[in-house]
This record gives sequence, C-alpha cells and structure tokens, in this order.
Amino acid sequence: MPEKMLLKEMEKDQSNLIRALQSVQENEGFVSDERLKDISNYFSIPPVEVEGVISFYAQFKRTKPGKYIISVCDGTACHIKGANLISNWISDELGIKDGETDSEDLFTLETVACLGCCSLAPVIAINGKVYGNLERKSLLKILRKFKKEA
Amino acid sequence: MIKRIKIGTGSCGVAAGADEVFDFFSENIKDIELVEVGCIGHCYAEPIIEVETDKGSIFYEKVEPKKEFLEKILNLENSSRLQVGGNRTKKEFLKVTELAGKIDPVSYDEYKSNSGYNGLAKALLMKPEEVVEQVKISGLRGRGGGGFPTGLKWSFLAAQKDEEKVLICNADEGDPGAFMDRSMMESVPHQVMEGMLIAAHATGASSIFIYVRAEYPLAIKNLKIAIEDIIKYKINHINGRKIFIKIKEGAGAFVCGEETAMINSLEGKRGTPRFRPPFPTDKGYKGHPTLINNVETFANIPIILREGGTKYAKLGTKNSKGTKLFALAGDLKYSGLVEVPMGITIGEIVYEIGGAVKGEVKAVQIGGPSGGCIPAEHFDTPVDYDSLTSLGAIMGSGGLIVIGNNRCMVETARYFLDFTARESCGKCTFCRIGTTRMLETLERITAGDGCEEDITFLQDLGDKIKKGSLCGLGQTAPNPVISTIRYYKDEYLRHVNEKQCNALECNALVDVFIDKENCIECGLCIKNCPIDAISDDFIVDNSKCTRCNSCIEVCPKNTISRIPGGGISE
Ligand SMILES: Cc1cc2nc3c(=O)[nH]c(=O)nc-3n(C[C@H](O)[C@H](O)[C@H](O)COP(=O)(O)O)c2cc1C
Ligand code: FES
Repeated sequence: MPEKMLLKEMEKDQSNLIRALQSVQENEGFVSDERLKDISNYFSIPPVEVEGVISFYAQFKRTKPGKYIISVCDGTACHIKGANLISNWISDELGIKDGETDSEDLFTLETVACLGCCSLAPVIAINGKVYGNLERKSLLKILRKFKKEA
Repeated sequence: MIKRIKIGTGSCGVAAGADEVFDFFSENIKDIELVEVGCIGHCYAEPIIEVETDKGSIFYEKVEPKKEFLEKILNLENSSRLQVGGNRTKKEFLKVTELAGKIDPVSYDEYKSNSGYNGLAKALLMKPEEVVEQVKISGLRGRGGGGFPTGLKWSFLAAQKDEEKVLICNADEGDPGAFMDRSMMESVPHQVMEGMLIAAHATGASSIFIYVRAEYPLAIKNLKIAIEDIIKYKINHINGRKIFIKIKEGAGAFVCGEETAMINSLEGKRGTPRFRPPFPTDKGYKGHPTLINNVETFANIPIILREGGTKYAKLGTKNSKGTKLFALAGDLKYSGLVEVPMGITIGEIVYEIGGAVKGEVKAVQIGGPSGGCIPAEHFDTPVDYDSLTSLGAIMGSGGLIVIGNNRCMVETARYFLDFTARESCGKCTFCRIGTTRMLETLERITAGDGCEEDITFLQDLGDKIKKGSLCGLGQTAPNPVISTIRYYKDEYLRHVNEKQCNALECNALVDVFIDKENCIECGLCIKNCPIDAISDDFIVDNSKCTRCNSCIEVCPKNTISRIPGGGISE
C-alpha cells in the first residue's frame, strides 16, 4: 500500500499529521475509519484528536467521493457572476445537491471558496481542472462530455 | 524574425484553454522554441501568446488551438493582437510583477539573467542590521492586509537570541476573490524565495516555511522546482548556515491565514488562533521566535535591496510606499492582475484600467470578508492604507471586486456573513454565535421577512462581535455589513418595508415573466425548465418556479425576465 510507505517515510511528529492525512486522501479519495486509525497509531495521537483535526479543515472527506469531483467556486467574484445559478444548473442536470454524490458514484458536487481564477468568473473545477467564463450552455456541454466519457 | 514563442499557462490561462493551445502548438511547430510562462495580468484576454521577435514582442489574445491561428501568429498578422484596454499601460507601474509572465517561471537561469538574486547578493555584502535598516527606510508595509511596517517586524525577530528562528511565508490567500499571491508564486517563484532568503539573512532565521493553500497546485509545483534549484546551487547557504526550506499545504480553512492560527496549523493542530501576547516574534512555531510575512511583501524585498530603500520610498504616498497588486474582477471589461503605484485613485483602477463603464458601477468591494464597499461617489479616494480605512474599508490583500448596478448590496453582505459564519473557528462565542445571528438576520431580510429593527440589530451586534473576538476574523467580520448599511441603507429599507429588491437578485422578492407580445413560441423555455413550471401557453407558474434562470438563458428573443413580485414561498 503506497500510503503506508508514505507514512513510514514521515517523521513521527505531529507537524506532519496534516500532510499524512492529505496523502491518504490523495491516494484513496477520502480518509476512511481504518486509515484514521492507522494514522492515529503511527503518530500516537488519540483518534478523537485526529478526527478533530480532520473536521476542522474543509479539505478532508470522511466519505468516498464520486469519480469526478465538481467544485463550484463561490468566491466573491464568482458569486457576483452567478455562482448559485451555476450550482443549481449542475444540480438540475445531475440530480445531486451540494455535498452529495450520485448513486453511481460518478459525480460529487461541492462548493469551494475561490479557485484563484476570479478574472474568468464564474468558474468550476472538475478533478482540479478549472473551467472558466461559464454560461449555462458551456456548462452543460462540459457536464455532458463527462457523462458520456464515464 | 521570430526568436521564440511564449504561452501563458498560469492557472487563469489554463482555465481559458491554454493547455490545449500549448499542445497544439508544440505538435505543429518544430523549429521555434516554445516556452510556458506565467501570467502577465491581462486575464481577460487569455489564452495569450507572446511572439518574441528581433524587433520586440507581439502579443496575441484569445488564441485557439487551430491551424488558422497558428498561421496568423507565424505570419505576425495584425488581427487578434492583444488590445490593451483603456489607459492601462499609462496607469500601471510594473515593479513587483515586472518579470511575471515574461520569463519561464521555473528557470533559475532566466531569473538570474534578469537581475534575479542580485538583491540577495547585495544583502549578503551587508550586515543583517543594515538590511533591516534598508527595509525600514523603504517604508514597506505588509501586503497581507494589516499593513504593519515590515522593517520593524524584522527587527523584532532579529533581536531574538534563540538558536532556531522561523520564517513563514503566508501564501494562504484566503480572501475569496483574490489571486495576487497565486499569480506571483506561479509566475516568479524565485522572486518570492529570494525575498525570503534575504529575510533569513537579515533576521538570522534558520528555517523557512511556505504555507500555501491547497487550491493552488501549480503554485506549489513551481515553488517546489524553484526550491530544488535553490538547494542545488546552494543559494540557501547563508553566512555559513544552511537554511531549511519546506512547503506546507493548507487544508482549506480561512482562519489559518491569521498568524497564530497558521502556526497551530503548521504544528499539525486545529487552526485556531492563540492569545497574543506572546507575539509570534517572541514565541511562535514550536515555541521558537517566528516571523510571518505575506507573499507579495516578500516579493518586494529583492527590489528594495536592488535599488535601495531610499529610491524605493520615492514611489507612493506619505504613509504607503511602493506599488500594490490588485486582483480585479467582477463587473468590468478587463479583469486581471494589475500593479499600480500607491496613491492612484480607485476610479483610475476601475475605469481607466478595468474598462468599467461610468454610471454602470455601483461600488467596489475591497478587502474581502474583512473589508467593505466603497461606493462610486468615493472613487476619487487614493489607494493608501489610511484613506481606505477612513471610508470603512481596508487595503486588504488586494482583492478588488467591481459591483455593477444590477447587484443587490444586502445580498452581497449576506454572502460575506455566510462565509465568515462558516469559517469562524468557534473559539470566541461572539464570533461563533454572533456571525450566525447576523447571517440569519440578513437571510430574513433577503427573504422579505425583515423589519426595520433588524437593521439596528445588525449594527449593534456587529459592534459587539468586533469587541468580543480574539482574532482579526471576528474583529472584522461585521465590516461588509456595517459598510453596506452605511452607504446603502435605502436598499436595506426597501427590502424590509416594501419587500422589494432593486437589483432583482433576491429570489424571494422576484417573479419570472414571459412577455408574450414578443414571444415566438419556440418552446425552448418549456424544454429547458427543470421543474416544468412553464405552461404550454407560455405562462410561468411562479409558485413552482425556482428562479433558476434557465429559461432566461435559453430564450433567443430575450422575452423572459425577472420582475418585482411575490417571490418564492419557502
Ligand atoms: C482571518 C484572517 C485571515 C488572514 N488571511 C491572510 C491571508 O490569506 N494571507 C495573508 O498574507 N495574510 C492574511 N492575514 C493577515 C495575517 O495574519 C498577517 O497579518 C500577515 O500575513 C502578515 O504579513 P504582512 O505583514 O507581510 O502583511 C489574515 C488575517 C486574519 C485575521
Ligand atoms: S472567486 Fe471564483 S475563482 Fe476566485
């Protein structure tokens, strides 16, 4: 298991805890109960404390996300340019609401605060790739392309 | 003759399709060097290509991965050349961003051959206290929002006797609507690193951490490559000491931009702020004296060292020296990253650089969730720390969002409170519960259920939250509300008394209407309505309609619109 190796490479210092959680999430998409326990053992930090750190940071997921994670930017620029409309249109198209994953584990919809591409607002990111200057038409085209590929 | 071709593949470029352009060009061009560069700041025109010729550079905008475009560029044709809008070239003053988008970000050699690391070389010939003195003379103030004098902060750390002193670069860029720091790290990572290494010499620091928000993968990648070169060429060997350098990725918490919260986060804990004193420069990361500066602050340092503090201080106003980067976005024509001299007016930025139309702009929002709105009537205000504060806004880190006449200010205030209420770490009761109460009140108002007392309540509670919070998050959270009430009380009053939203933005106060006179009955609206709220004879059932705007977007005749109305009953 690659993430075990990564863990092993890390110094057992709490300052590496967040990095460890990030690398687990990079590999598996989320932090499962099992991995939480592994990490807790490795750093000798009680599981509740690890859970406390996980819940503090928006990045960490405790449930398995879909194949494609759609992050709708709701930073100031995107909000002004209609981020909530974008979010609604995605919900209507895919049948999932903010924070949800569809029944086929294909799409997860989440809201994030600013992807740093504000000059192209409104933007979304799908698995990290950013799409800018969205309108309803271009958005639906992108979503349908992903649906088809899946 | 074409010397080489540069493609801007910063995050903004990529979002506009620069990757596809790069792939297409590299497949089809064989004998000309093709380089990826960062962002020149003209994000409205992405993807951008710069053709370096023996007679200077030619820029092309909105480039597409197509044969015609390729030929156009190779023949240096006139069409599709970048049209720099308004008076931008005259008004901008490129100092910190001079190299951004012009050099290969990750090429140590290219940075070096453009005076890179000259500032560090000069600093190393000076005593640490002389370097601190130069920064003091320059008048540089922190660009992360607070505006604390950088030289003074450095002198605090320099005075500490601890063996281990820590430098942290605050690259968390939490303001949702700002991207100056991202752009700098992506485009000129070496410049940011040079600033930090100069700081390490000046303060005697032994470790450097760069705390980058996780949403910035390209910034992290470019910084990593720069650091590898720094280690390879031993640039981190300073006066016989080897400086430890490490990148730490944030994990998505706005409050971690605050200094003491960031230190907790670096230690692997929940990122809640600590009591001050002790200040970080006395006792910070793992108990060691720690100094935190913002990315843009560090990026200014090499320039100060290169040209000397006195010359640097010539630009700007009495209390605000140098230039400031702004991330321009919102309702304007030319959005992007701009660098302007301190003292320029907001109006010059918005109209002359941003190309916004006079009369169509209501306000700018500056300083993000900690800042406020400045109405168009006050656009003659100069950009400097003190003038902006006197208007109830702040300089902030550089997010500048232009708000058009068609936006609701109450909704804007609600948006920011929704953000701060969610991001409050929960440690202080006033911040945790206070922001939630403010948010609920604002939601009531935008839903048409507010009353006049709500407005006084917001002001009163806002005051208490400011007083009762430990860190800057709570202390500034009410600002967007207070400032919109200050300048746009009439909008609040219309929401609570007449149940109307001037901007027709608040869903609960509008209906959707099809103008049957001009309707051609094409049926697109009916087909695209996700909840079948439009009847066969083209009448919107407003009790069903979710105000999703799908019909408005697809109507080829623009006959569908939002009108003042009864709104959604929730
Ligand atoms: C809630 C909160 C969020 C902050 N976010 C940032 C940030 O994202 N980037 C930043 O540079 N400073 C941020 N700051 C300001 C920092 O605490 C600190 O003042 C700054 O990094 C100091 O660097 P400077 O003196 O170079 O500006 C934030 C402050 C608060 C209270
Ligand atoms: S506000 Fe959406 S990318 Fe910044």
